[in-house]
Amino acid sequence: MILKLVLRRFAIGALTLLVVSALIFWAVELLPGDIASEVLGQSATPETLAAFRERNGLTDPAMLRYLHWLGGALTGDFGLSLANQRPIAELIGQRVANTFFLAGYAAVIAVPLAIGLGLLAALYRGSALDRFISTSTLAVISFPEFFVAYILILLFSAWLGWFPSLATVSPGMGLGARLYATFLPALTMVLIVMAHMMRMTRAAIVNLLALPYIEMAQLKGLRRWRVIAVHALPNAVAPIFTVVALNLAYLIVGVVLVEVVFVYPGLGQLLVDSVAKRDMTVVQAACLIFAATYIVLNLLADVLGIVSNPRLLHPR
Amino acid sequence: MNALLKTLRTAPLSARIGMALIAAYAVVALLAPLLAPYPEAAIVGAKYLPWSAEHWLGTDMLGRDVLSRMIYGARNTVGIALLTTLLAFALGAGTGLLAATLGGWFETTSSRLVDVLMAVPSLIFALLILTIAGTSVVALVLVIAVLDSTRVFRLSRAVAQGILTMDYIEVARMRGEGLGWIIRREVLPNASAPLIAEFGLRFCFVFLFISALSFLGLGLQPPTADWGSMVRESAKLIAFANFSSWQAATFGLAPLLPAGAIALLTVAVNLVVDWVLHLSSGLKE
Repeated sequence: MILKLVLRRFAIGALTLLVVSALIFWAVELLPGDIASEVLGQSATPETLAAFRERNGLTDPAMLRYLHWLGGALTGDFGLSLANQRPIAELIGQRVANTFFLAGYAAVIAVPLAIGLGLLAALYRGSALDRFISTSTLAVISFPEFFVAYILILLFSAWLGWFPSLATVSPGMGLGARLYATFLPALTMVLIVMAHMMRMTRAAIVNLLALPYIEMAQLKGLRRWRVIAVHALPNAVAPIFTVVALNLAYLIVGVVLVEVVFVYPGLGQLLVDSVAKRDMTVVQAACLIFAATYIVLNLLADVLGIVSNPRLLHPR
Repeated sequence: MNALLKTLRTAPLSARIGMALIAAYAVVALLAPLLAPYPEAAIVGAKYLPWSAEHWLGTDMLGRDVLSRMIYGARNTVGIALLTTLLAFALGAGTGLLAATLGGWFETTSSRLVDVLMAVPSLIFALLILTIAGTSVVALVLVIAVLDSTRVFRLSRAVAQGILTMDYIEVARMRGEGLGWIIRREVLPNASAPLIAEFGLRFCFVFLFISALSFLGLGLQPPTADWGSMVRESAKLIAFANFSSWQAATFGLAPLLPAGAIALLTVAVNLVVDWVLHLSSGLKE
C-alpha cells in the first residue's frame, strides 16, 4: 500500500521531469530563424553559418538533438556555450557546487531554528514571541529578497563592518573562511524561508492540541513541554517535513537573486548573465538543473509525507 | 454603494492603514507629472549629489533627480504590475471557470498544462522565455501573466466546482440557461470574495516578480524609471555609505528607498487582503 503510493509518486515525478526537460529544449525551437543566425548576426556568410551548425550539431533533426541533449545532460555533458564555445560542464561545475553550498548553509541554520521557534510559539500561544512570529511572516512575504539583503548589508557591512558585503569565494578557500564570506547571503536566505516554516510548524502543532488524546495527556497532569514533544510532535512530523522540503525547494530559486546581490559565483549568477547575453545553451542547462532540483525536492516532500503518515503503515 | 461604505467603516485599523497607503500610491502614480519636480529621464545636475533642498533625494549616476524618478517609478512599476495582474486574472479565471463548468477534455487538458507549468519555479521559466523572446515590456507582461494565471486557474476552478454542486445551478441548467449565463450570473457573483482576495495576493506576487526581474536587469529597460532597476543602479553606492555625516549616510539609503517603496506597497496590499479574507470567511458562517 505504502510502497505503491511511493512508487506512483516517483513515476509522476519522473514523468514531470521528462515533460519539463522537453519544454526547456523545445522552447528554443520556437525562436524565429535559427540559433546559428541569431548568434552570428545578420552579416554571417552562408559558409560560417554552415560551419557553426556543423560544430554545434544543429544539422540533425530536432527530435534526435533532444534525445542527444537529454542523454548528455544525464551524464553531466551539456554541450558547448554559444557565447564562448567552451564546454558548459566546465563553466557550471564549480558554480553548481557553490550554489548548493550556499543553499545548504542556509538550510542547516534555518530548519532547526524554524522548527524550534515554531514549537516555542505553539507552547506559549498568544505570547509576545507568538505575536512576533505572525507579524514577521507578513513582513517577510511582502519584502523583496533584495530589500532584506540590502538592509543586512547596510547594517552588518557598511555600519558595523562585521561581514563583507561581497561574497567572494575561491576554490582553494578553507571552510571557515568560506562560511564567514558567505554569512550575509546565507542569513538573507534564512530570514526569507524561516517565517513560513515557523508558522507551519506552529499551525501543525496547534491543530493537534485540540484533539482528545492531547486533552487526556493534559488531564493526566503531564508537563506542557512533554505533551508537545512526546505526544503532539510525532503526529505533526508529516506536515513539518513537507513544509521543510517545500521551503528548501524555494531556497533553490531564491538563491538566484541573493547571488546577484552579493556577487556570489554561483549558478544563479551565471543564469542571469547568460539570459542577458542570450546564451541559449547555458540558459537551458542552468534551467534544467534548477528545475530538476525543484522537482526532486517537491517529490521528496510528498514521499516523506506519505512515509511519515502512521495511518498508512497499518492498512485495514 | 451605501453597503460598501458601511463595510468600509467597520474596517480595522490595519486595513485602514493599508487602504490609505494604497490610495497614496495611486495618487502619486496618477499625478506623477504634476508632483515630480523634474522630468523622468532628464539630466538635471551633477552625478551623485547628496540630499539637498534642490534635489531632495539627490541625483543618480547620470545626474537625474532621484525623487522625480521615484515618483515616475510609481506610475511605471505599479502600472505594469496592475496590467499584468488583470491579464493573468482574465486568462486564469476565464479558463478556470470554463474548465469547471464544461468539464470533459477541456478540463483535463488545461489542468495537465497547468500542472506542468507549476512544476517549475516561475522565475526559471520566465528567464528561459525572456532569453528567447528578448527583454521587451510586451514579452515581460505576457510571460508573467501566463505563468501567474496558473494559480488563478487552480483557485477559480476549485471555487467554481464547489458552487456548481449547488441546487440553484441545477435549477438554472434545467431552466435551459446557456453556459455564458450560468458563469456570469450564477458562478461569478458567488466566487467574487475569494477571487478579490486572490487578486490582491497575485498583484503582490506579480509586483515583486517584475521588480525582481528589473533588478536583475531583465525587466523594464532604461531610461524608464522603475523601482527594481533603481535598486540595481544604486546598489554599488551602499559600499560608500559611512556614518560620519548624515549626508554621507544617505548613500547607504540609495538602494533602500526604491526597495522600501516596493516593500511598503506589498505590506499595504497584504493588510487589506487579510481583512477581505477575514470578511469573506465571516460572512459564510
